[in-house]
Amino acid sequence: MLSIMPNIEDKTRPRISGLSRGARILRGLSLVIPATVLALMFLTAIFADLAWIGLPDVGLSPYHPNDQVLKERRLPPAFIEGGSTEHLLGTDNLGRDVLSRVIHGARVSLSVSLLVIFITATIGTILGITAGYLGGRIEGFIMRVVDVALSFPGLILALLLATIIGPGYMTVVIALSALGWAGYARLTRGESLRIRQSDFVAQARVNGASTSRIMLRHIFPNVLNSLIVIMTLAVGMMILAESMLSYLGIGISAPTASWGSMVADGRNDLDRAWWISTFPGIAIGAVVMSGNFLGDWIRDKMDPRLRQL
Amino acid sequence: MTDVILEARDLKKYYPVTKGLLQRTIGWVRAVDGISFTIERGKTLSLVGESGAGKTTVAKAVLLLEKLTSGSILFEGKDIYRFSKSQLKMEYRPRVQSVQQNPWSSMNPRMRVRDIIAEPLVVNTKRTKEEIRSRVLEILDQVGLAPNQVDYYPHEFSGGQRQRIAVARALALNPDLIVLDEPVSALDVSIRAQIMNLLKDLQDQYNLSYLVIAHNLATVRFMSHTVAIMYLGEIVEFGEAEELFTRPLHPYTRALISASMLTLPEDEDKGVEKIILSGEMPSPLNPPPGCRFHTRCVEATDKCSKDVPEVREIGQQRVKCHLYADPSVRSAVSKGPDAGPAGK
Ligand SMILES: Nc1ncnc2c1ncn2[C@@H]1O[C@H](COP(=O)(O)OP(=O)(O)O)[C@@H](O)[C@H]1O
Ligand code: SF4
Ligand SMILES: [Mg+2]
Repeated sequence: MLSIMPNIEDKTRPRISGLSRGARILRGLSLVIPATVLALMFLTAIFADLAWIGLPDVGLSPYHPNDQVLKERRLPPAFIEGGSTEHLLGTDNLGRDVLSRVIHGARVSLSVSLLVIFITATIGTILGITAGYLGGRIEGFIMRVVDVALSFPGLILALLLATIIGPGYMTVVIALSALGWAGYARLTRGESLRIRQSDFVAQARVNGASTSRIMLRHIFPNVLNSLIVIMTLAVGMMILAESMLSYLGIGISAPTASWGSMVADGRNDLDRAWWISTFPGIAIGAVVMSGNFLGDWIRDKMDPRLRQL
Repeated sequence: MTDVILEARDLKKYYPVTKGLLQRTIGWVRAVDGISFTIERGKTLSLVGESGAGKTTVAKAVLLLEKLTSGSILFEGKDIYRFSKSQLKMEYRPRVQSVQQNPWSSMNPRMRVRDIIAEPLVVNTKRTKEEIRSRVLEILDQVGLAPNQVDYYPHEFSGGQRQRIAVARALALNPDLIVLDEPVSALDVSIRAQIMNLLKDLQDQYNLSYLVIAHNLATVRFMSHTVAIMYLGEIVEFGEAEELFTRPLHPYTRALISASMLTLPEDEDKGVEKIILSGEMPSPLNPPPGCRFHTRCVEATDKCSKDVPEVREIGQQRVKCHLYADPSVRSAVSKGPDAGPAGK
C-alpha cells in the first residue's frame, strides 16, 4: 500500500511566522538568566559543605555558618571601606560570616520549598484528578474541603502549629503543605473536567480502558503542563512564605541560617550594617523572580502546538 | 439469508432540557426519535443528514457512550444492553471500534503514535510488548504510514495522516464493525477520497462492516451499500445505495442530492432546476407537527402539516412521506420515475 512521508498532505497547518531578532534574543535571555540563577542557587545549596559525603571541611561556604567571632561583629563587606576579603559580604551582629550564612540559608530555603511543592502537588493532583474525572459525590466532598483550605488563613494555622509543636523546619513544611495542596487540586480538577469531555477520552472508553488507566494515561499527562508551570511559579512563592514565617519567628529558628531569619536578624542594624539583611534579601528576590520568569517561559513553551517553533 | 451484524430497533434518545436552580425538566430534545436499521456483515450503512439530525447520538448509542431512552441494539442477535460487564469487555468492545470526526481531538496529544495505536491492544489483550510492537507496525503499513512515524506525536501530522492513525487504532483488534462518525468532513477536500478509498480497501480485505455517518451524500456515495437519510431524529428514507441515488423518493433526499451537487438522472434530461434546501432545520426540542420536514418541503400540502406520514415500502426502498401514501396523490410524484407500487 502507498506510503506517505511526513507532511506531504500538509499545506494548511499554520506556521507562526518568525519573531524579530530582538524579540528572539529577549526570549532566549528570559530563559537563560533565570535558569542560570536557579541552577547556581541549587548548586550552592548542594555544595555549601560536603559534610553529607563525609568531608566536613570542604565546600563553598568559607566558614561554618554559626561560628561567632565577637571581636569581628558587623564588619562591612569587602568592597566597602573597612571591609576585608576575609569576609566578602561582611559579618553580622554576632560576628558570623554573612556569605557563609547566605550559602547555608540556600539549603534551608530551597529544600523547604521543594519539599512543600512535592507534597502539595502530589496530594493536590491526586485529589483534583479524582474529583474532576469521577465527579458526583466524591467531587462534591473533595471540592468542599478545597474551599475550606483555600479560605483558611494560613498564618493562623502556622502560628497554631508553632505553638503546638514548636517552631522549626518540619513546622514550616507542615504549615505550608496543610493548605497548599488545595490550589493544585483546584487547578487539576478544572483541567480534568475539560479533558474528561474530550474525544480521546471517549475513545479510550470505547476501547474499554479502565478508570484508573484513563486517569493515569490520559488525564494526568495532559494536566502535567499546567502543573509544571504552577510548580515552577511556586518555588518563589514558597521561599517567600518560608522567609516570612522565619522572619516572624515561627519558622526556622536561631542559630540555623535561613534567608528569612537572616533578614529578621539584621533589621535592627539596617542603619549601621545594612548588609546583614540586604544580602539574604537579594537572594530571596533573585530566586523568586527567577522562578516566576522560568514559570512564564515554560508556560509559553510547553503547549505542544507551539512547541515546534 | 442475509447476515446481519447489527440491528437497531426503534432507538430513542431524549435529552432533558432543564431550567433554573432546581434543574426542573421543561422539555426534551428528541435527538433520536424512533429509528431502526440493520447493518449486514461486510457491508456499509451510511447515515446521512444535516448537522443536528441526531447522527452522532446514534453512533454514541452503538458505542455505548450514551444510554438510550428506549429501543434496543442487537449485535449478532444479542441485545447489547443485556450484556454483563465481562461480556461487554470480551464480546462487544473489542469487536466494535470507532473513528471520530475530528482527528485533532480524538487522540491524546501526549501520546506517541505507537501508544495511540497500541492502546486497544494493551487494554484488551494480553500480548507481550514485542507482539504489540509488530502488530502496530503491521497496521501502520496497512493504512499507508511509514514505520518510522511511530515515534511522532499526533500534532506532527496533517489531518489526513491523523485520520489514518485513527483508522489504524480502530483496526488494531481486528474488529467486525467500525463506526465512522463523519470520518472525512474535517479534512481537506483533496484528501477525502484517499481516506474513503483506504476504508473501502480495508473493508474488502477484512470483511469489515461500517456504520458511516456523513452530512454530505456525495462523500459516501461510492462506499455505501445501504443508505439511511435522517431528518430531525427520524429516518425519512432507507434503501440500497444504487437505488436511492438513481431514484430518490423523499423530497429531503432529493434536496440533499441537489445540495451535494450530484445530478439527478432526470434533471439531465429535462433541465430541471436544482432543489434548494431553504431555511434551517427546526429544533428537535419542538419538532414540527405532521411531517417534520413540511416547513422546508417544496411539495408540502395541507395534509403534511397535520398528519404524520407512515413509512411505505416502495420496491426495496422505505420512505416516510405522504406523497407515497395513497394513489390519488401519486400524480405529485411525476418527477420521480417509476415511483409507487406500480414500479415493482
Ligand atoms: N448531551 C446532549 N444534551 C442535550 N442535547 C444534546 C446532547 N447531545 C446532542 N444533543 C442534541 O441532539 C441533537 C442531535 O445531535 P447530534 O446527534 O450530535 O446530531 P448530528 O451528529 O447529526 O449533528 C442536536 O439538536 C443536539 O443539540
Ligand atoms: S410528507 Fe409532505 S412535507 Fe413531508 S416530505 Fe412528504 S411531501 Fe414533503
Ligand atoms: Mg455529529
